[in-house]
Amino acid sequence: MVESITLKRKDLLGMEDLGAEEIYHILDTAESLKEISTRQIKKVPTLRGKTIINLFFEPSTRTRTSFEIAGKRLSADVINISGSGSSVSKGESLQDTAKNLQAMSPDIIVLRHSVPGTSHLLARLLPCSIINAGDGAHEHPTQALLDLLTIREKKQRIEGLNVAIVGDISHSRVARSNIWGLTKLGAHVTVVGPPTLIPAEIEKLGVEVSYNLPEVIPQADVIMMLRIQLERQEKGLFPSLREYSRLFGLSRTKLVNARPDVLIMHPGPTNRGIEIEPEVADGPYAVILDQVTNGVAVRMALMYLLLGGKAE
Amino acid sequence: MKQLMDSRAIDDALAKIGSQIIGNHPQLEELALLGIRNKGLELARRICAKINLQAGKELPVGVIDTSLYRDDVNMASRRPVLCGTDVPVAVDHKRIILVDDVLYTGRTIRAALDAITDLGRPMSIHLAVLIDRGHRELPIHADYIGMTISTTRQESVRVLFKKDPAQDEVVLLQEPELLKW
Repeated sequence: MVESITLKRKDLLGMEDLGAEEIYHILDTAESLKEISTRQIKKVPTLRGKTIINLFFEPSTRTRTSFEIAGKRLSADVINISGSGSSVSKGESLQDTAKNLQAMSPDIIVLRHSVPGTSHLLARLLPCSIINAGDGAHEHPTQALLDLLTIREKKQRIEGLNVAIVGDISHSRVARSNIWGLTKLGAHVTVVGPPTLIPAEIEKLGVEVSYNLPEVIPQADVIMMLRIQLERQEKGLFPSLREYSRLFGLSRTKLVNARPDVLIMHPGPTNRGIEIEPEVADGPYAVILDQVTNGVAVRMALMYLLLGGKAE
Repeated sequence: MKQLMDSRAIDDALAKIGSQIIGNHPQLEELALLGIRNKGLELARRICAKINLQAGKELPVGVIDTSLYRDDVNMASRRPVLCGTDVPVAVDHKRIILVDDVLYTGRTIRAALDAITDLGRPMSIHLAVLIDRGHRELPIHADYIGMTISTTRQESVRVLFKKDPAQDEVVLLQEPELLKW
């Protein structure tokens, strides 16, 4: 029987510091946990008596629900705290909030915050495990892991695939985490978008840059669309949504030259008709809902690996 | 290291268990064999083949991963890779034969019972093991046993499946020898 290394870390803060072996270990664990969600009784007793706090300072439906369901399917007690309606809106600092939560002995805090590095801060400050559920434009590792799981499931491999990440690369934590994850596993990544939304020197992360989506589509095994954050237009980073949509939106016309087995992904929420045509989002190549299903499995795997293996 | 069974003895024991199962269950179609990962699964497959040989009926074989149901999740620093449970039939209204290689404290069986009852409500669950080595810590017993031996807690019993099945064996290891494993 193969003995496993449990994750040799207290926290899951980003894809940047994960090794390829650890990533595959998380994906393999997630794959075997998927079956639980297909049962009539969708629950196992593994994390009975563990407490998980979802601390979300930014709005989220999918990610927060996914973490909550993941914890509950493993029998942990899951508590949700959102920024508004908590003591944070009374002016408490993040450090104070965190220390107060720690005083109630949670085992994992799942943190989403608009400031990059907040998860790292809590990880240093607190003895409990921290899972980064998105810190500003920095990282969103569980999204990258669920994307990797979905790609591997559909393509049976990640190494050697051509992956295009399309949209607002500058402000996207999903893009950053996926770039790290995909390149570590040997995929070839091209980031695509208007020059104003692609950070300078992004090539240093080992990706190619293109400003022309139709040129990239024919080679792509996977096209990962990013949500365009509508407030960016107000800052003048691109002239109009219509122009953006014409140049960088994924439409049926642009997909004519795509590979017959192309995968189309989107982390959600989608702006239908802007970065992705409704017919494409609902079309045969799209795996957007598989991504959501896999999100629960990946988060279960992380909770299991972070809590399961700790010596008392 | 002392050999307890060679491949011939293992094969005979499994054939005996197969015929006992047939004798106890006139309605074979009610049965399903569930092996505990990983060696229980191999044994379940072999018992299935014996039953097929003797009664001409191929029973469904599934696999149970007890990792998620263990009572020592917090204590184990190294655990087997989670491989998942895969049971091809609905366990409701089935008579389950649970198969494992060595019955020792009974804790793995306790975890497997929980895993099965989470999948549904079988009519019954019986236990088949190749070796019963004693030292139970829970009120659990086996219904079909290949071989009963008395051991000390310092010893370890290993069922070894080799590339060449004719080399399969069951061995008894003393504590100093365990370090080599």
